Amino acid sequence: MIGFAPPQASSFAPRIDMLFNAMLVLCSIVALGVFVVMIWFCIKYRRGSPAERGQRESSNLTVELSWTLIPFLMFCGLFGWSLYLWDGLRTPPHDASTVYVVGKQWMWKIQHPGGQREIDQLHLPLGVPTRLVMTSQDVIHSFYVPAFRIKQDLLPGRYTQMWFTPTETGTFDLMCAEFCGTDHAAMRGEVVVMRPDDYARWMQSHAQVGLAERGEMLFRRFGCSGCHGSGATVHAPDLDGIYGTTVALTDGSVATVDDRYLHDSIMLPKSQVVAGYAPIMPSYENRIGEEDVLALLAYIKSTQQPGPHPTEPSHERH
Amino acid sequence: MSGTDINLSMEPSYLVSGGNTLWSWLTTHDHKRIAILYALGITFFFFLGGAAAVLVRLELATPAGDLLTAETYNKTFTFHGIVMVWFFLVPSIPTTLGNFLVPMMIGARDMAFPRLNLFSWYLYMAAGLFTIAMLLLGGVDTGWTFYTPFSTMFSNTHVILAAVGVFVVGFSSILTGINILVTVHSLRAKGMLWFRLPLFVWAMYATSIVMVLATPVLAMTLALIALERLAGIGIFDPALGGDPLLFQHFFWFYSHPAVYIMVLPAMGVASELITMGARQKIFGYRFMTWSMLAIAVIGFLVWGHHMFVAGQSMYASMVFSILSFVIAVPSAIKVFNWVGTLYKGHLDFHAPMLYGLGFVGLFMLGGLTGLFLAATALDVNLTDTYFVVSHFHYIMVGGSVMAYLGGIHYWWPKITGRLYSERLAKFAALLMFLGFNLTFFPQYLLGYEGMPRRYHEYLPKYQMLNVLSSAGASILAVSYLLPLAYLGWSLFRGARAGPNPFRATGLEWTTPSPPPAHNFTVPPVVTEGPYEYRP
Repeated sequence: MIGFAPPQASSFAPRIDMLFNAMLVLCSIVALGVFVVMIWFCIKYRRGSPAERGQRESSNLTVELSWTLIPFLMFCGLFGWSLYLWDGLRTPPHDASTVYVVGKQWMWKIQHPGGQREIDQLHLPLGVPTRLVMTSQDVIHSFYVPAFRIKQDLLPGRYTQMWFTPTETGTFDLMCAEFCGTDHAAMRGEVVVMRPDDYARWMQSHAQVGLAERGEMLFRRFGCSGCHGSGATVHAPDLDGIYGTTVALTDGSVATVDDRYLHDSIMLPKSQVVAGYAPIMPSYENRIGEEDVLALLAYIKSTQQPGPHPTEPSHERH
Repeated sequence: MSGTDINLSMEPSYLVSGGNTLWSWLTTHDHKRIAILYALGITFFFFLGGAAAVLVRLELATPAGDLLTAETYNKTFTFHGIVMVWFFLVPSIPTTLGNFLVPMMIGARDMAFPRLNLFSWYLYMAAGLFTIAMLLLGGVDTGWTFYTPFSTMFSNTHVILAAVGVFVVGFSSILTGINILVTVHSLRAKGMLWFRLPLFVWAMYATSIVMVLATPVLAMTLALIALERLAGIGIFDPALGGDPLLFQHFFWFYSHPAVYIMVLPAMGVASELITMGARQKIFGYRFMTWSMLAIAVIGFLVWGHHMFVAGQSMYASMVFSILSFVIAVPSAIKVFNWVGTLYKGHLDFHAPMLYGLGFVGLFMLGGLTGLFLAATALDVNLTDTYFVVSHFHYIMVGGSVMAYLGGIHYWWPKITGRLYSERLAKFAALLMFLGFNLTFFPQYLLGYEGMPRRYHEYLPKYQMLNVLSSAGASILAVSYLLPLAYLGWSLFRGARAGPNPFRATGLEWTTPSPPPAHNFTVPPVVTEGPYEYRP
């Protein structure tokens, strides 16, 4: 389908297109073959034609087994090829830079680690592996950039991720691909891929207080520090350096402190209470937006010793 | 088969015996009359759902959302989906052709549970009333898939009413499934061994298994949606510890097998049409049978291929991917065997045969594009775009509707005792094939270009293909209205059909057209397989 393909603007795009085209050629050969044989039979064996017929068998094991096994083997090959690409699609490299995305009826809210925030636009540097950590404020959305050949749903109450490396500068369509209500079709935006120096300039001109610093401010404003801060009188877990550790819960189970756990502890504090603490924390459901939760998470993560942590980023591989 | 002339004796036909009052129809236990009651309802809903499709295609003729508001557009495609899936495609072949033909093909006097049969029609109609009421009160905008949390917490349209309609129609389909299963098990004529069953009966049998096992899950899921909306029980609400993704698992656990509820019957019909047209045995009867049963079983294990980008574990996606490739194997076998059936035949191109061949071609194109979507890495790009829309329309409209109409043409003389205009019927079949491809082939390209589905307005670069598609849709609409006209005409003016105008095999053709109330005056005895055609 050359001519109809959107531009190939990510490192995945040419590899995915190659599988697509291989499958297209294979399927076209099969379809064409079947149509040709069908039409040929229709002409040759039309009623009253002189074609020799003799006695046709009513079944033939060799023939039937071969058109069972050959497609099957063909499918296994295609599956293997697809699997190889799939693994790449789902495994972000460790040095990927992270951008946070919150989907909201009907807009895309983006936060960069440096604190830059944008709506319906995502500015990215060329050639840098980028990981998007995404969640939704309301219903399910889907982040779709055809030029990158990638798509991932955003769900309320959990974080999903996707990654890619932009390989072309330019402006590319960003669309919501999961029906999300009245203005679903208007939930569009653009991804702007810039040369690294342009990107650095852009970041500079949109500089804001960093995400983790903003999280620290929110930590005080929402009163988190009143209980979790040093010197607090209320008996609450100390959050410094807690990210990536394992905590024992009152029900006897154990939880790893990852994005999802921290998110749930803010929004549903009664669901997983750490052993030895009273379940007294109020829920922040409906009081904190998902963007602010991400900022709080960034702050909590920033309190640990520098260096890559083995569990960062929550390696639920979706 | 054992055609005995005794069965052509002069009993009054089912259309006459028992009276012709409205009451006699509304209280009938005759499977053939119930089939006609269903056909009326299904035809009505087909054209209602079709009208919604026309609105959608009109809106999409231009990039701007200028004809309908976004909200109305969303309600329109939702209505189209709900009506076409549950009020047309799922019941279409089983309740009309299945009801009419299964007892006749196995040599029975009626279905095993005639009253239950009538009751399931009333359920269907009651569900239809809920759905019409839902439309009149303002409709629903969730899409036919009812995804949470949109359907449970954010949509302020008539979700519960829509769910009730689908819930009730689900029970109608469960009852039909049970009835067919028991009928095939217990009412086969003497000598009608399992491997002498016509493939249409096997198809109905396989479909019924899926209906009976999968539909309760749909009922449960819709009940949970209603409870969540009414009482906020929190099954799907993350704020209460629920999971919106759980809904998708429940929903597709029904709705993927439902695809096979829609297409297995069509495979059965196509097998009858093609053997009749080729005037010889089906090639590879046993492979055909086993592949249908395999599809029915594996169909339960592939639902997760709808959720590759939904947040499902990547390993689950791998398993669903390979199983989705595996289920394509029996489908491929069927296509090859249909083509093999043509080999060394004596091909007659009656209208039903043209529909049958059209089915094979369109089903194959739908099936092959399904492979692209089964491949996880490609699905990431293609899912939720027009590529998917086109893929499932090839299977359901190109496949199932084509086969349904082919079946209606094939058995029309048997059902009504009248012949229709063969020339118009052939013309309609060709027009349908062309109109269908013009409507839906451009949608593959649209999806590949990246146009998401369920978009009320779109980027101008997608317009050319959308205009082609809308143009095709208008041709398709004409090709669907044509049979309504000439088949309707034939009811009053059509020539009388003999008992077997297509010189076909099968017990149903050994009875007069239309058949007497209890089908066979003398219980038939079967001595040979289903397709013993002589040139």
